[in-house]
Formats: sequence, structure tokens, C-alpha cells
Amino acid sequence: MGQAVSEYHLPPYARSMGMEVDHVEDGAPVIAMDFATRVMGRPGFLHGGAIGGLLEMAAHAALRAELERQGSDSRIKPVNISIEYLRGGVQERTFARGEVIRAGRRVANVRVEAWQGDRSRLVASSWMNFLLAPPKT
Amino acid sequence: MSKDEKVAGVPNTSLPEGFVFDPERGARWFTRHGHTGFLGMEYHDHGEDWIELALPWREDLVGVEETGVLASGPIISLLDNATSMSVWTRQGTFNPQVTLDLRIDYVRAATPGKTVIARAECYQVRRSMAFVRGIAHEGDVTDPIAHTAGIFMLVSSEGWAKP
Repeated sequence: MGQAVSEYHLPPYARSMGMEVDHVEDGAPVIAMDFATRVMGRPGFLHGGAIGGLLEMAAHAALRAELERQGSDSRIKPVNISIEYLRGGVQERTFARGEVIRAGRRVANVRVEAWQGDRSRLVASSWMNFLLAPPKT
Repeated sequence: MSKDEKVAGVPNTSLPEGFVFDPERGARWFTRHGHTGFLGMEYHDHGEDWIELALPWREDLVGVEETGVLASGPIISLLDNATSMSVWTRQGTFNPQVTLDLRIDYVRAATPGKTVIARAECYQVRRSMAFVRGIAHEGDVTDPIAHTAGIFMLVSSEGWAKP
């Protein structure tokens, strides 16, 4: 099972942004993204949208892993996201991990956090809701 | 970077007296740099307190390989940029600011191959905060892809950017 999660397939957007699965922690993939010009906003800092994209990818990956554990192959559609930016993202590798709060029949709620060198000093914190739909037949 | 670009653009936070933020020139500067440049955002239009930026569809920005639907990450970036620039558009000047919070509702999936347009408005500026809202659409604002509401903190220029 852990195997399947670590082989989580990232979409083209994530790959072109340099995101990758760093490792799996308690069943949820930790997604990492290195600093580069392509993710920079104001000079020397991460762009808020790049942080948002990383958070969404981690939320999606955590939910996909949770659904796998439940034996569900539901399709996942993002409904909304709310992001708190807590401190500027500096020129370092950034990590994000999602925690599925609830995965029901139709809706899933996920909390996600992003950090850099020091896990206790979060760069951003967010919640995200997903709609679960039966797989297309 | 030419002297002209420095004035229209932004990272130089010590601005000349009487500086006026030109949304079109400012946006054209941004869309050539960093993440905004990487995504390929373009200036679209602006008014007194609003600005529109466009994001043409691109294969490497796709979120669902099977359908070709754009990932939502680039839409966050587009709305973040457009709402941020709407503050300077309303103020007519550039002030350093950082995103405090941003909420996005995804009303529907973007259409594969279509350009996404973000229309963003700054509806209030206080001493320390600017309040913004915006819509991402594909040409018809009554058929939106996403809605956003956010707040920017106005900060000191010291340490805002690292050259």
C-alpha cells in the first residue's frame, strides 16, 4: 500500500513546477518543490500561487491515498480552498502534506500545511473541500 | 532592465516622487518575470479599481491528463496576481504588500484549450489591509470558473524583496 502511495502520479502542472513526492508520512505523501525562478513572486520569495498549487497537490494526494485505503475509486473534484499565508517562503525547498479530516460519501475535507526547513514554522496553512463522484463507467 | 521598466514595474521599492502605477505597463513587467512569466500570464484590460489578466491554456499546466483540464494551481496564481495588481490600480501607486489570505471557490472546471481571464477588483483599502475579490472566466463573467475573496497586508518596503 505504501508502495502505491509513493508512486502517486503527479499531473503535468505539478511536474513542470518541479513538484515531487518526497516521502510518505503516516499514509499521506509529502510533496516537495524546490525554489526556482519559475515559482518566485516578489524578488527572492515564493509566489503565493505556487504555494497554493503545492498545497492543493498535497491535499489531492492525501485524499487519493485515503480513498485507496477505503477501496474507493471515486473521482475527486476540488470545490474550494482557503489559504492563510503565515510567513514569506524563502529560497529553499518547500514541503506540504495534507490530512484528511473526513472522507464521506459525497464530500471530503482536507487540512494542508506547507513548511520549509523548520516544520514548526509554517509558511502556509489551508483547508480544502472536494466533491467525490462515482468513477465514470 | 531599462530605467523605464523599473518605474513601470516594481521590485525597486524606493519610488520617485509623483510615481503613478500604470496597470498596463506594470502588468506587462510582471508577466515577463518569475512565476507569472513562467505561467505565461498576459495583461488584458483595466479600469479605475479593477484589472484583468489572461492565462492561455498550455499542455504543461494541465491538472487532469485524460481530459486536458487546466490545473487549479495556475488559476490560484492568476487570481493572486490579478487581485494584487487591483490594489495598486485602485491606489494609482505601488505599495509593498503580501497576501494574508485567499479563498477560492471552483464553480466549474476550465474548458480544455481555452484562455482563462481573471477580473479582479480592489473594493476597499485601509491603513494596513486591502480587500479584494475576483472572478475567473473564459470570456463571459456570468459563467465563471472560479470566485475569489482575499486580503493583502500592506507592509514596509524593508525586507519585502530580496534583490
